[in-house]
Amino acid sequence: MQNIDSLLYFSPEILLVIFAAAVIILDLVVKNRESTAVAYLSLVGCICTFAAVLFIHFSFGNEGPISLFLGMIRLDAFSTFFKILLLLATAATILFSLRSEELDARLKGEYYALLLAITLGMFLMASSTNLLMIFISLETVSLTSYILAGFLTHSPRSSEAAFKYITYGAVASGTMLFGLSFLFGMTGTGDLAQIAGRLTELLAAGDIAPLAVLIAITFVLAGVGYKIASVPFHMWSPDVYEGAPIPITAFLSVASKSAGFALFIRFFYTGFSASGLMEAVDWPFMLAIVSALTMTVGNLAALPQQNVKRLLAYSSIAHGGYLLMGGVLLTSEGIGAILFYLVVYLFMNLGAFYVVVLVANEVGSEMIDGYRGLASRAPLVAGAMMIFLFSLTGIPPFAGFFGKWILFTAVLEQGYYWLALVGLLNSVVSLYYYARIVKAMFLEDAGEETDRVSFSTGTFALLSVFVIPTIFIGFLNIFYTFSNISVSVMPIQ
Amino acid sequence: MLLSLMIFIPLLGMVVVLLLPRESEELVKRVTLLFTLIPLALAVYLFITYDRSTAGTQFSHGPVPWIDAFNIQYHIGVDGLSVTLLLLTALLGPICVIASWRNIEKGIKAYMALFLLLETGMLGFFAALDLFLFYVFFELTLLPMYFLIGVWGGPRREYAAIKFFLYTLFGSVLMLVAMIAVYLNSNIVNGVAEGLRTFDIPTLITLAATQGHALADPDFQMWVFVGFFIGFAVKVPIFPFHTWLPDAHVEAPTAISVILAGILLKMGTYGLVRVNMAMFPQGLAHFTDGIGFWGNSLALLGFINIVYGSFCALAQTDFKKLVAYSSIGHMGFVILGLAAGNDSGITGAILQMFNHGVISAMLFLLVGVLYDRAHHREINGFGGLGSKMPVYTGITTLAFMASLGLPGLSGFVGEALSLLGAYERFKFLTILSTIGIVVGAAYFLWTLQRVFLGNLNPKYEALPEINGREILTLVPLGILTIVLGVWPNFAIDMFRESVTNLIDVLNAI
Repeated sequence: MQNIDSLLYFSPEILLVIFAAAVIILDLVVKNRESTAVAYLSLVGCICTFAAVLFIHFSFGNEGPISLFLGMIRLDAFSTFFKILLLLATAATILFSLRSEELDARLKGEYYALLLAITLGMFLMASSTNLLMIFISLETVSLTSYILAGFLTHSPRSSEAAFKYITYGAVASGTMLFGLSFLFGMTGTGDLAQIAGRLTELLAAGDIAPLAVLIAITFVLAGVGYKIASVPFHMWSPDVYEGAPIPITAFLSVASKSAGFALFIRFFYTGFSASGLMEAVDWPFMLAIVSALTMTVGNLAALPQQNVKRLLAYSSIAHGGYLLMGGVLLTSEGIGAILFYLVVYLFMNLGAFYVVVLVANEVGSEMIDGYRGLASRAPLVAGAMMIFLFSLTGIPPFAGFFGKWILFTAVLEQGYYWLALVGLLNSVVSLYYYARIVKAMFLEDAGEETDRVSFSTGTFALLSVFVIPTIFIGFLNIFYTFSNISVSVMPIQ
Repeated sequence: MLLSLMIFIPLLGMVVVLLLPRESEELVKRVTLLFTLIPLALAVYLFITYDRSTAGTQFSHGPVPWIDAFNIQYHIGVDGLSVTLLLLTALLGPICVIASWRNIEKGIKAYMALFLLLETGMLGFFAALDLFLFYVFFELTLLPMYFLIGVWGGPRREYAAIKFFLYTLFGSVLMLVAMIAVYLNSNIVNGVAEGLRTFDIPTLITLAATQGHALADPDFQMWVFVGFFIGFAVKVPIFPFHTWLPDAHVEAPTAISVILAGILLKMGTYGLVRVNMAMFPQGLAHFTDGIGFWGNSLALLGFINIVYGSFCALAQTDFKKLVAYSSIGHMGFVILGLAAGNDSGITGAILQMFNHGVISAMLFLLVGVLYDRAHHREINGFGGLGSKMPVYTGITTLAFMASLGLPGLSGFVGEALSLLGAYERFKFLTILSTIGIVVGAAYFLWTLQRVFLGNLNPKYEALPEINGREILTLVPLGILTIVLGVWPNFAIDMFRESVTNLIDVLNAI
């Protein structure tokens, strides 16, 4: 589709830009530093964008995939799925930020504008079908995340996080760009679908060596792997997660990972799933190894952690590993499982981080020791955290179990028994560190501070937004259908 | 419908208890008792009206579609085996609530709520006829158990709770792999996929016996058998997966030890019968092929449990730990009977499941009574209590005698039948297993002597006699041990047809 015609279909993204600009302007106008107007304006921005996404989906969704801006990005059920997921994460992050006490009041305008900008970048990550667009969207997200990670200007830890993030990120982006240039050099096109066709022809004709394709894929994987924090590109994430403001940590662990997976799925499944290509370059096997390593490293490293944010960072690496299993399979069940798991993961992980925000505010600690006796001081919050943690472990009847169950069913269906076993044994390992937090909350005494902590009704309302889906998503048919529809648009051999 | 009511009434009770005010502790206890008495009443009704002349599923509810995308259904029902265990579960429910009446000091509301959740999990597990549902209920018992041990347990409760949780979860993930494998192969006939996949247990049992079906493949059955077996073996527990048991039993509060020994261990053996033996008889055959005078692999494990558990119990000086190890020994008879795979063996095993549930519940309650008074469980620290607490001594003697297999009491019948069945197939191993009975008699009689006979320790001059509430918890169990001792058909009639049915399945291969 031509550029001008594409604009209508692009209206959610345009709305995000408008609201980001409006937030900056409003921040200049409002003099009161304590005002939360900008936060609410960005929340309104999310809602409007959400409405636009739904409107476009219901108006044009049944026309099938639409290619916009001369094939740069694609509008389909898959990208709509991720847009909804990302908007939920952004809205939750804005609400967390409102309650967080660590953010600098003077920089509010920038903060919320950047949040909207990063969401825009992630929208593009989920819908890019051209190498150039892929790189630009990835960089938009990366650059904004560097700033947001270092947003606690008074905290050396936060600055360190931003610095580490940018150093690793620059290397990863550079490597990825190098890989992309290989692909362009070999095929002479940036369009993923055309790359698939050209590579198959070239390989069949023996014009290029399979090794060249493998190298290109590996280099690209560095960029994508960095976004989803897979081994060996995961080293940045514990430091960044620990140093960044808690809402941003929550956002990175959910939204950034989801967008990374969107990009990953589209890139590999559109560009490299042709059977001729698969015979020459067995990238799924390489990914299976990466997946097994990622979950094992994440889980083992999480075991000794004392800082809850850092622990959740490693747990998030491990979950990236579980999700990657779905990517290895090259089946629609595999992708469906990833999408379903991402929905579940969104609620349980954001919920867990919300409790971290609350505890940091009230107890002033991010360490596991700070959670001691929380069950007697704030029973509802402790109960909610317990649900999130056991859901992350994958214990029925919580949604995390259903997510894992679908994932492992898909893996076993393709005969990857070893991978499923590694994943399941990893779940057992993960129980140990999640249970350490539960143990601190429920099994240990609070020590000297035993007074009850009270929270506002709004806090409980927001908490229940995460708790209720974490309990019930698995029991409802609709979510399975939802993720399956979104898969149907992906080309699967 | 009746069955669903029975399963979910405790869950409803949990919600009600959570809504009650924190201060009204008496009310919380009474409400909990009420919500455990209703399932008991329903279980008694089931027990009376159950048609003993057929092995078919009765009182079934469903299949009702639940998660369509994976053809998961809500389907429950009972046969003779499950109705027996449901009765046991429902009976121990109110007994445990009464046993917890005075000795749970903190957070009684949370305790009772978790207990009710646990009861729903256990009842649902024994009634589930959909493999997925079965697994969910199986796992549902983990969470409340973790907290019940971890929060209200003894000094090493945190260690015991997480150990229990990790062991069981390890077993259940292997079971999960096997379960998914069964699901994925459930529609493959002669290598071609036909129709929908299913989790329905009765359907799966039929398919696994159908010539040419993927589930009927001997190699497939063997691997799946192993997966399920490890999952259940951790629960039973079968050597070498038993090490969580002494820790969990010793640290758990009395009522929870009762549930652990009385019901949770039976979940393991019930699973072995319901899934491993009925669904994968060829897998079973693979492991029950003779290995010389050692009988077969399964029988060998049963033998190890009996002898090892008994000798460990003999070495204990902690009263509760002694009872815990004796549980390992007595569960060995169940395994031995199942391994025999004949009429008397399996009947004996199932009877032993029920009897052990009753007797070990009594033993743990009795240990709890003593601990509440003396605040320690060191066997050598007592002596001469017989003169101080004659009623308590009498009941304890009854429980000890039942447990060591005195003829006329229930423990004897189950063990004798198991051994009888086993003797038909492997004589040498069975003869060796009787060592366990001798050692069992030794440790129980020795304990009896050290605690109740001899000179009274002056520290315990003022030890009060067992009170009415405690007697109330023990009397129903004591009556059952006597009744089942002289009239075992009372229970055997319930599952005779189911056992015949199972043996037909085993003989068909």
